[in-house]
Amino acid sequence: MDVLNLAFVAAVLTSAAPVLYAALGGALCGRAGVFNIALEGQLLWGAFTAVAVSWWSGNPWLGVLAAVAATAVFSLVLAVGAVAFRADPIIVAVGMNLLALGLTGFVMREALGATGTFAPAGLPGLPDLDVLDGVPVLGPVLGRATVLVPLALVLAVVLSLWLARTSIGLRLRGVGEHPEAATSLGVPVTRYQMATVVVAGALCGLGGAQLSLGTVTAFTENMTAGRGWVAVAAVMLAVSRPLWVLGACLLFGAAEAWGFRLQGIGLPQQLTDAAPYLVTLVVLVLSRIRVRRRLRAADPVAAESAAHPETALHPEEPR
Amino acid sequence: MTGSTAVGSAAGGAPPAAELRGITKRFGPVLAVDGVDLALERGTVHAVVGENGAGKSTLMSVLYGLHRPDAGQVLRDGREVRLGSPLDAIAAGLGMVHQHFRLFGSLTVAENVVYRAEPARFGVLDRRAAQERVAELSARIGLDVDPTARVDTLPLGVRQRVEILKALHRRAEVLILDEPTAVLTPGEVDSLFVVVRRMAEQGTTVALVTHKVREVLEVTDRVTVLRDGVVTARLTTAQTTAGEIVEAMIGRGLVPAVNPRGAVRGDPVLEVDGLRMPAAPGASRVQDVSLRVSAGEVVGIAGVSGNGQRELVEAVVGLRRPESGGVRLHGRDLAGLGVRERRRLGIAYVPEDRQGMGTAASLSVADNLALGHHRTPPIGRRGRLSPRALRAQAAELVRRLGVKTAGVAVPVSSLSGGNAQKVVLARELHHEAPLLVVEQPTQGVDVGAGEEIHRLLLDVRSRGGAVLLVSYEITELRALADRVLVMLDGAVTAELDAAEATEEVLGAAMVQAGRAGSPAGSASGGGER
Repeated sequence: MDVLNLAFVAAVLTSAAPVLYAALGGALCGRAGVFNIALEGQLLWGAFTAVAVSWWSGNPWLGVLAAVAATAVFSLVLAVGAVAFRADPIIVAVGMNLLALGLTGFVMREALGATGTFAPAGLPGLPDLDVLDGVPVLGPVLGRATVLVPLALVLAVVLSLWLARTSIGLRLRGVGEHPEAATSLGVPVTRYQMATVVVAGALCGLGGAQLSLGTVTAFTENMTAGRGWVAVAAVMLAVSRPLWVLGACLLFGAAEAWGFRLQGIGLPQQLTDAAPYLVTLVVLVLSRIRVRRRLRAADPVAAESAAHPETALHPEEPR
Repeated sequence: MTGSTAVGSAAGGAPPAAELRGITKRFGPVLAVDGVDLALERGTVHAVVGENGAGKSTLMSVLYGLHRPDAGQVLRDGREVRLGSPLDAIAAGLGMVHQHFRLFGSLTVAENVVYRAEPARFGVLDRRAAQERVAELSARIGLDVDPTARVDTLPLGVRQRVEILKALHRRAEVLILDEPTAVLTPGEVDSLFVVVRRMAEQGTTVALVTHKVREVLEVTDRVTVLRDGVVTARLTTAQTTAGEIVEAMIGRGLVPAVNPRGAVRGDPVLEVDGLRMPAAPGASRVQDVSLRVSAGEVVGIAGVSGNGQRELVEAVVGLRRPESGGVRLHGRDLAGLGVRERRRLGIAYVPEDRQGMGTAASLSVADNLALGHHRTPPIGRRGRLSPRALRAQAAELVRRLGVKTAGVAVPVSSLSGGNAQKVVLARELHHEAPLLVVEQPTQGVDVGAGEEIHRLLLDVRSRGGAVLLVSYEITELRALADRVLVMLDGAVTAELDAAEATEEVLGAAMVQAGRAGSPAGSASGGGER
């Protein structure tokens, strides 16, 4: 195996992991019928808590635990606001995203005395998987990553199986699909949805911790830089299916890793940094076209009136 | 109605499987149900009939724990039960199949059936056990359902079976079917009734809520008729007639509207020649359909839903472009003209999908009546609407057609099915277009209102209008049409004069040309795909 290619795989996985955690949380919420676009804010909140607690306690694992707990608590805003009190989830989520951005910056300045970036010497980060050194394939791919990277991949598979194969998973899918039907059969829909939102919060906490204690060891203001939104895109693209989410996140990870490579051959950083977002945009547009085609096949009249200019361009298409 | 004798009396002095005593339920100032008694004997099929608003749904909701009665008792096997929610009702051995199914589309049949009552080991779903359970239950009542199929890929008739299996999996002994045939094709209705009878033979008690008298006579043992919240008749099906039931339902005798026929036929209004259209999913492609509708003539299109009727209509009204073939109105070729131009040339259209296409549900009655006429004076002038003219026209139409509404400013969604349909008809008939294309005019409409709608359609005929009528109801076609064309797999397979179009002949032609007289059981295959 080409070491260069394995290094590329390693870069892809490291880039994908934080997005994957957030997207898995988003996918669970999607399955439960809660549209969760607060992933960006939760990821950021998790990243900040991880760094802060790791610095104060000197133990990065405590940082991870704290990130999970703090982000789960933060997600209660969505659980209580949008699920229990039936507020518009979009508005609650926008509020959470803005709150996380402002609050992390503020607390960083006030409590840690840093502006912009907090990366003091001696900030404990998560250890790499050195034990894999020397193991073929696994070594080069995961040896420089934290345990949170392979854990994200495992979680994608586990959640997929859990949804498909367990009673609770089945009920959750039912809750999202047709809440009235689930209620009529005695499933407490609100409780299921709130619990799912909180679990998604915990997953975002893990993603944030990987970002600030794994991928780098630092916290920067707005360091998530849209990764939570990429996760939202991944959830929509994957129609909330965990394994598809995995695929989508690997694609975005690849775009980011590829962007670094292009920097290496002299392309301006501003351009290469845009690579994952460009890929997101292109994939979303392509999938939208696919959906519309399917719609048109199912109901030509509705689709035709919805997309008139397009049918004029391709009059032979609907068959 | 045959073979139902002596059922129920076999139990001797046993209490009814379910009984309602003196049920009264009020919604605000409206007294929906007033002191109603209803006894459902074990192993019988009991029709609960009445027009919309007669209180039958309210009564069944009380029996299923959806509403708490203001007064009265619910008894199961002679013991009083308190039903605070449908969960209590399920626990008491009651089941209900709602008119709008409560199924999870993306889940499989087996998953839907066992949901919240799953066979599982350590929280892990036992899929095989679930599938075996579905197979066992369906075999018991003679259903054919694939447990591994995704529900949203199934036709409505099969989805309904899933609902029935859901109830049976939860050991329902009393099953309430709320307007179960509203969404079914004739073939599916027949096979549903076979299943209903089979369940009754096995001791399940079935309450069939309906407003279709034919179904009552076909499948039930007892009938309770409601009108305005009180019981107006308790009948034994074998000893009653359709007339008696209808009279109890609407409080007067019903003279069905029938095409007088034999009138002089005028010039051709609509001519369709060699029409070909691509297939929509789940439907057939239209191949080489030709037909002619003359002034003063009602031409009926018979057939099971999805055999190309929709596509034919869409080609005529201009919603979809045909592959080849021509549509002419008064000899003028309509090729390339859109819906608006065709309406202006004189095509009125009453679509099957009343909520989605026929009306804008959230707009007022007056607005709905003006739709499509909003560009012509007196309502619209140089792009401006005249609210006064709009209201005046609405009031006039509402009065003329006898639409029951709280006013012309209320949204159409607040009207009953029959009255919403009258609004659509009023709008389409108002300008006396020479051609009226109408699909399923009385679907989801009360008997009384249905009869009025039939009269309106026959009025169009007698003033010299041409009517193209698509219907899945054989009785409707027989009552209204001068000629009936049968569509099967996108082609016209039979053309019958009204006199020849008996129920047997039409029914056979709709399922398959040549396979005549196939009884209920085997017709299910034809009905579902």
